[in-house]
Amino acid sequence: MKTTYREAMRAALRDAMQRDERVFLMGEDVGSYGGSFAVSLGLLEEFGPERIRDTPLSESGFVGAGIGAALGGMRPVVEIMTVNFSLLALDQIINNAATLLHMSGGQFNVPIVIRMTTGAGRQLGAQHSHSLEGWYAHIPGLRILAPATLADARGMLWTALQDPDPVLIFEHGSLYNVAGELDDDAGAVDIDKAAVVRHGGGLTLITYGGTLPLVLEAAALLAAEGIEADVIDLRTLRPLDGQTIMHSIARTHRAVVVDEGWRSGSISAEIAARICEQAFFDLDAPVERVCSLEVPVPYAKHLEQAALPSVERVMTAARRAVGTHG
Amino acid sequence: MSTVRNQVIRDQDHALHLLRQMVRVRRLEEKCIELYSAAKIRGFLHVYIGEEAVAAGVMEALEPDDAVVATYREHGHALLRGVSAGAILAEMYGHAEGCCRGRGGSMHLFDADARFYGGNAIVAGGLPLAVGLALADRMAGRRRVTVCFFGEGAVAEGEFHESMNLAALWQLPVLFCCENNLYAMGTALGRSESQTDIALKAAGYEISAWAVDGMDVLAVEEAARRAVDAVRSGGGPHFLELRTYRFRAHSMFDPELYREKTEVTRWMERDPITLLQGTMQAAGQLPEDTWAGLTADVDAEISAAVGFAENGTPAPVSELLRFVYSDPPDAGGAATPGGSAGKEGAAG
Repeated sequence: MKTTYREAMRAALRDAMQRDERVFLMGEDVGSYGGSFAVSLGLLEEFGPERIRDTPLSESGFVGAGIGAALGGMRPVVEIMTVNFSLLALDQIINNAATLLHMSGGQFNVPIVIRMTTGAGRQLGAQHSHSLEGWYAHIPGLRILAPATLADARGMLWTALQDPDPVLIFEHGSLYNVAGELDDDAGAVDIDKAAVVRHGGGLTLITYGGTLPLVLEAAALLAAEGIEADVIDLRTLRPLDGQTIMHSIARTHRAVVVDEGWRSGSISAEIAARICEQAFFDLDAPVERVCSLEVPVPYAKHLEQAALPSVERVMTAARRAVGTHG
Repeated sequence: MSTVRNQVIRDQDHALHLLRQMVRVRRLEEKCIELYSAAKIRGFLHVYIGEEAVAAGVMEALEPDDAVVATYREHGHALLRGVSAGAILAEMYGHAEGCCRGRGGSMHLFDADARFYGGNAIVAGGLPLAVGLALADRMAGRRRVTVCFFGEGAVAEGEFHESMNLAALWQLPVLFCCENNLYAMGTALGRSESQTDIALKAAGYEISAWAVDGMDVLAVEEAARRAVDAVRSGGGPHFLELRTYRFRAHSMFDPELYREKTEVTRWMERDPITLLQGTMQAAGQLPEDTWAGLTADVDAEISAAVGFAENGTPAPVSELLRFVYSDPPDAGGAATPGGSAGKEGAAG
């Protein structure tokens, strides 16, 4: 069927609500407004205000309440408008959701799912555009998902809800309108493994989330130049599926990591470090990285675009990687 | 003034029970200080001496199925909620027999069977959890109450205000118990709040709130019963400001530069244990041998708990990484996935 990323997310929410009465959605403007990105549009009418629960602008309060509700036997899906706003709830996410199981010696797991929008590209300036999912991936106790495809938008939520521990889902704002074909019987997908979404052999392009479309575009253009690339969609940033990355590099011997987060201390830094630790002798060239420039994301379109990873920057890094001879 | 104000003790056995509960906490805390001084236990240690009437009174109003969320000064709450003194001390020893297998320590005591949800060392961080526990009960149609303890320092935090608003907005079955001991670590209430009437803050959120003499265990119990009954019968959140005082330093590292010795002495004249003791004695309800028997029993309990902790085994380093994530379902063993979530999840 024809669908969009937004509709696939909505179908996943509807499906989860129908399958498990403990599931409910809570967040700012998820109900009457229909979701700030219209993901939950229509669900209030279908499920009522108890289960499609509008909250005050109290990120720490309602995320903490979600954690408490999870402890109390519910399966909350908490929506935070953007990753920048999630910083107001960091105490609850990091000091409670991520720690309670361990701190309690295994007694209290927290089966909560927290969804939020991430990423730039929509001229929203520095307080609505950052990509902090790599930061969250630093935290033991959390599972970090970044659905980049329609299948994952449709399928990751239900699997996340089966996880006994906290799962954060990062939805890149530029993906909501992406349209395409999805199997009519599309459903739950695994949330453990990265996916090789294009098979090449000349180098490995590693990315996730909002930069997957541009990396695929770059890969197609590179192929026209005779450079065939594996493209890996990480899908899950914690735990990282190192095996899929290293298997690919064992064949290609070259890697470019593309990450909309900043370079310093980023998930791309972690991936590059792991490649050096685990695949150093497979490499024929230094690991390349394409990240956002180290600046708060600016408003002006040309400045914003200059700050972000682009098809051209990916291609330049890829050419450099294959042009280097080990 | 050595007797509890305006109270006539109608049930001698119950008064004796309350006295025992407070003495249990006092002796446990005194033992903690002793063990800390002997370097048997480490980390931060915050004792509840002087404030025992609050936990002792409030816990009386609860049913076994109710939930408790507490702070980092929670040894007494855990003990009175049914966590054994041995499991508490073993936790502080870092032993596998501790109530959190040595992961939590003094500030993070948890117990799934007692529905005791910590042991939260972020000031006000427990309030949203309590709101959520109450929300789960409301959504599932259970007539349970969640009680949340926090200090008056928490009322300056945003999470306090967010939680008041959410609980009132959604009319959730939660009882907020503010243990107002007048100091947020070393910062006096009047130096940190523009409005020092704490019950008034809760009332501003349309929550029924009143202040209680937190040194009078009978008054605390009476107020708690009234509040818990109202919460349980669908009356929405309630709020008690329990006016109390911490006799000892904030923690073992506190030189107490911020308060006068005379102030401490003045409050110690209203020691909750001696107050109740005095009232009972004046009424002829606490014969010397009864008191002696009570303290001997408690001393034996604490002594056995120390023995249990001493004889425990260090939590194994081989299991260090366990419980960062839930054990896989096929792993079996004593540890969950679970706690109450697992059990209730299966039921739901």
